[in-house]
Amino acid sequence: MAFEQVLQYILSGVTNGSIYAIVAIGFNIVYNTTGIINFAQGEFLMLGGMTAISLSQFMPLPLAILFAVIITSLAGAMIDFVFIRRLRNPSVLMMIIVTIGLSIVIREMALHIWDEKVRSLPYFTGSEVTSISILGAYISPQVLWVLGVCGLMVLLLGLFFRYTATGRSMRACSSNKTAAGLCGINTGNMVTISFMLSAAMGALAGCVISPITQTQYDSGTSLAIKGFTVAILGGMGNSTGAVVGGLLIGMLESFSISVLPMAYKDAISLAILILILFIRPSGLFGSREESALKEF
Amino acid sequence: MSLKKVLALTLSISVCMAAAGCKKAPEDAIKIGAIFSVTGGGSNLGAPESKTAKMLVDEINAKGGVNGKMLDLIVKDSESSPEKAISFAKQLIEEEKVFAIIGPSTSGETMKIKSICDEAKVIMLSCAAAEVIVNPVAKYVFKTPQKDSHVAMRIFDTMKKMGINSIGIISDNTGFGNAGKDQLEKIAPQKGVKIVISEVYDKKATDLSGVLTKLKARNVQAVVNWSIVPAQSIVAKNMKQINLNVPLFQSHGFGNIKYAKEAGKAGEGIIFPCGRLLVAEQLPDTNKQKTLLVKYKKDYEAKFNEDVSTFGGHAYDAITILVEGLKKAGSADREKVRTAIENLKGFPGTAGVFNFSPQDHNGLGLDSLVILTVKDGKFVPYEKLD
Amino acid sequence: MDAGRYIPVLILAAAVAAVQLFTLATGSEYYLTQLTMSAYYALVIIGLCTLMGYAGQISLGHAGFFAIGGYTVSVMTTYDFSGFSGSAVMGLLGTLGLASASGGELHLSPWVSLAAALVITVAVAFIIGIPILKLKGHYLAMASLGFGLIIYRIVLGTRIFGEADGISDVPGFAIAGGLRVSGSPELRIQNYYIAWTLVIIGTVMLINLVKSRAGRALRSIHGSEEAAMAMGVNASRYKLYVFVISAVFASLAGAFMAHLNGGIGPSEADVMKSVKYVAIVAAGGMANLWGALTMGVLLNYISLRGYLGSYDDAFFGAILIAIMLFAPEGLINPAVMKTAAVRARSLIDSIKKKTGRGGHAS
Repeated sequence: MAFEQVLQYILSGVTNGSIYAIVAIGFNIVYNTTGIINFAQGEFLMLGGMTAISLSQFMPLPLAILFAVIITSLAGAMIDFVFIRRLRNPSVLMMIIVTIGLSIVIREMALHIWDEKVRSLPYFTGSEVTSISILGAYISPQVLWVLGVCGLMVLLLGLFFRYTATGRSMRACSSNKTAAGLCGINTGNMVTISFMLSAAMGALAGCVISPITQTQYDSGTSLAIKGFTVAILGGMGNSTGAVVGGLLIGMLESFSISVLPMAYKDAISLAILILILFIRPSGLFGSREESALKEF
Repeated sequence: MSLKKVLALTLSISVCMAAAGCKKAPEDAIKIGAIFSVTGGGSNLGAPESKTAKMLVDEINAKGGVNGKMLDLIVKDSESSPEKAISFAKQLIEEEKVFAIIGPSTSGETMKIKSICDEAKVIMLSCAAAEVIVNPVAKYVFKTPQKDSHVAMRIFDTMKKMGINSIGIISDNTGFGNAGKDQLEKIAPQKGVKIVISEVYDKKATDLSGVLTKLKARNVQAVVNWSIVPAQSIVAKNMKQINLNVPLFQSHGFGNIKYAKEAGKAGEGIIFPCGRLLVAEQLPDTNKQKTLLVKYKKDYEAKFNEDVSTFGGHAYDAITILVEGLKKAGSADREKVRTAIENLKGFPGTAGVFNFSPQDHNGLGLDSLVILTVKDGKFVPYEKLD
Repeated sequence: MDAGRYIPVLILAAAVAAVQLFTLATGSEYYLTQLTMSAYYALVIIGLCTLMGYAGQISLGHAGFFAIGGYTVSVMTTYDFSGFSGSAVMGLLGTLGLASASGGELHLSPWVSLAAALVITVAVAFIIGIPILKLKGHYLAMASLGFGLIIYRIVLGTRIFGEADGISDVPGFAIAGGLRVSGSPELRIQNYYIAWTLVIIGTVMLINLVKSRAGRALRSIHGSEEAAMAMGVNASRYKLYVFVISAVFASLAGAFMAHLNGGIGPSEADVMKSVKYVAIVAAGGMANLWGALTMGVLLNYISLRGYLGSYDDAFFGAILIAIMLFAPEGLINPAVMKTAAVRARSLIDSIKKKTGRGGHAS
């Protein structure tokens, strides 16, 4: 392969990888507080994207995105208030089932609120045909936006969980809910905050990837499956891991296309995920001891 | 736990539902069943089809129905699942005793119920594209969209005029994409075009620059994208983004202005064969289809506040053909109507002028397609229209 | 042996016959079409119920096993084997009467393809099951989901499996005498009984499994795997057995369904299908075979008759949430029905109270 081609495959891998990574980050926030995986995370992306697209008809783009993020995070809070809090002694199995149910219901609601048609936000910089040349290979400026927002999210979330009182309380809830409660942390509120935060991050991600991926009522599910794969690969709860895992899967798929028919692309990345689950369930960056302490 | 209670509950619920399901329609109405993928994977086909069918049947009934009888349309949403299509087809035939079935929207579902309809002697007018639906011909099975092979031929003819000899194909992994890819691969050698590479992408693909890089590396002179899913706009965008500056040909699956709008500037210059619906106003007044195309487009866009697409047109054709058959036969006799449809000649529809025959249950010729291109975000004719 | 456990089975058999006679008397035999299809789906459900409810292992990939059964049978009965007519294996099958030539094509007997489907299923279930069942919680959910997705990708991307169109024109399955699994309207009644016979046999087998030593071991795993292992229960072996059994149930249902429908499409391997199976098991009450069976028939019947129109998926999603909120033990349980009603009422009351207070404040 010529150098430009290899580079183009890498850039193509970065494009897809950055999308996977930004989806995966959202999973980690709820996980970091509750130890559960929110299967409806993909729907937050779709909701954010769809809301922003509708709002952008009436207001400038940055404002539309801001409102979309706020509206989606309120939806996240509502989900926790109406559904998650009402569960009595939820087991992991129950949480999986409820969040899957939520994901289906949100998706179908979106179908009836909007319709089956595809939409997208305009490119943040340039247009559909703009691309940046890097040593003979090309990449859309929107990918740089995705990577930038991704990096910012990792940085801010890292600071939030490490240095703010709320962030630390949220982590405490994850490691031991009872003990956290005994220390005076309002665990219920922490869960609500985590749902709001992950919905907000999801909505932002949904907006920033919308020009590339386009948004449709059912686009959340397939993104969530990829994001979930990446989150587990990187180690659950580890945002840096999510970014590295996302880019890794993106590259892997990109180079698998270069030698194999594209039809099996997803099967290959899933097979690798299953292998990793067998060999190292804690993921590439997750700590083995920590995951052994979790109740599941 | 009391099992009896459970069973009693189950039975009573099913009886209630059965009772609710048996809404009695007016006795003398002609029942038409429709199986569309209103939601699910094929919703971009089924939703406009269902809207069109309902609009058209209301319009016909408002004018007094057919042969003095009202039409009673029963729409079933199959969600693109063959097993549901099978269940619904049996339900419509055995229970509702429908006169004919419109749809399904996808070829996979159509192939599953082809023999069910044929054995029950119920007329089926499929809105799916694959040629296997009418080849071999089943006595009671018709289809309204243009033939894939004709679309492929028109694409290759245009390429030859442009001096293109080696191409790359990408198609989506729906039944529409698979069938089109097969026809392209079959017809290319006859037309002297070399297919250098052929790849399939997922219907939910988010970025396709990887596979287009593969095409670019093979120095193709043009790309054919045979697809019906929104990702076909992504193809156009990614081609421009990775600087793959060769002509992009699309199939008739691009026949929805929404896709051109999504592609934005990258959509400019896309070439694709399609029915005349999308350029209805630009047709010369002598054209046989013009009046009905302009009317359908106007009615649909006014009623549903969205752009008309050729997919809805397939349902439009299915119903008008059936109604014409009923009128010709003069009564709701399946065999007479079937024969009438089979002998329908020069009948204008949205997809073209239908000329059915016992050997051809599609009835559309090469001339049903015109080559269109995208200019300033609008569909315009690539060649002179007739 | 305790004969009491079979009384519900007898009632079920009587109900099956009663429904058929009822439809015969009222001339509404078309209901049997969907009841037959629902019966095959119920077979998947009771298998999954044993895995989820009794062994406590979630599987979001059971549609994959259904597809393995359905696709193996569909490919092998429609494929023309005349290219292999010279081979020793085909010769042997021919002399055993398990392969027949017609119209220049050589086709295998459905018995061979059914056997092949089951062998493949057992092999896949073992290979996948051994590592997968070592995982827990989300990791198990993800791995089984991944397995289901891989099967979906394979059938969707492979020419021999018909890609997006699936496989059509699968012949009927002549079992013995005049019995034939096929979708033609004349064979509707016997197919109804074939399907329900399979369900009843399956149920009896699972009841015995649950009540046996293995069943007690399974329940102990569900309670606490560590405690069970400390008591000398080989947890992983029992879990694996149940996983394989439930896979075989799904595969068998897929194989018969392919003959009944005359084909199969990729939607049968879809993740949404697996999720629906889980939803139904949850609605029936995890460890409640009869509840799962009832819900399996009822909900599939509703879905296959299209009562819910375009709200089908939304309905299943809502069921998942509502069951977990109000009746985590499942609906088919009188005690639970009562508490669910109480809980729902208290929720409504509390909402009323809140809105009432809000009204005063303003």
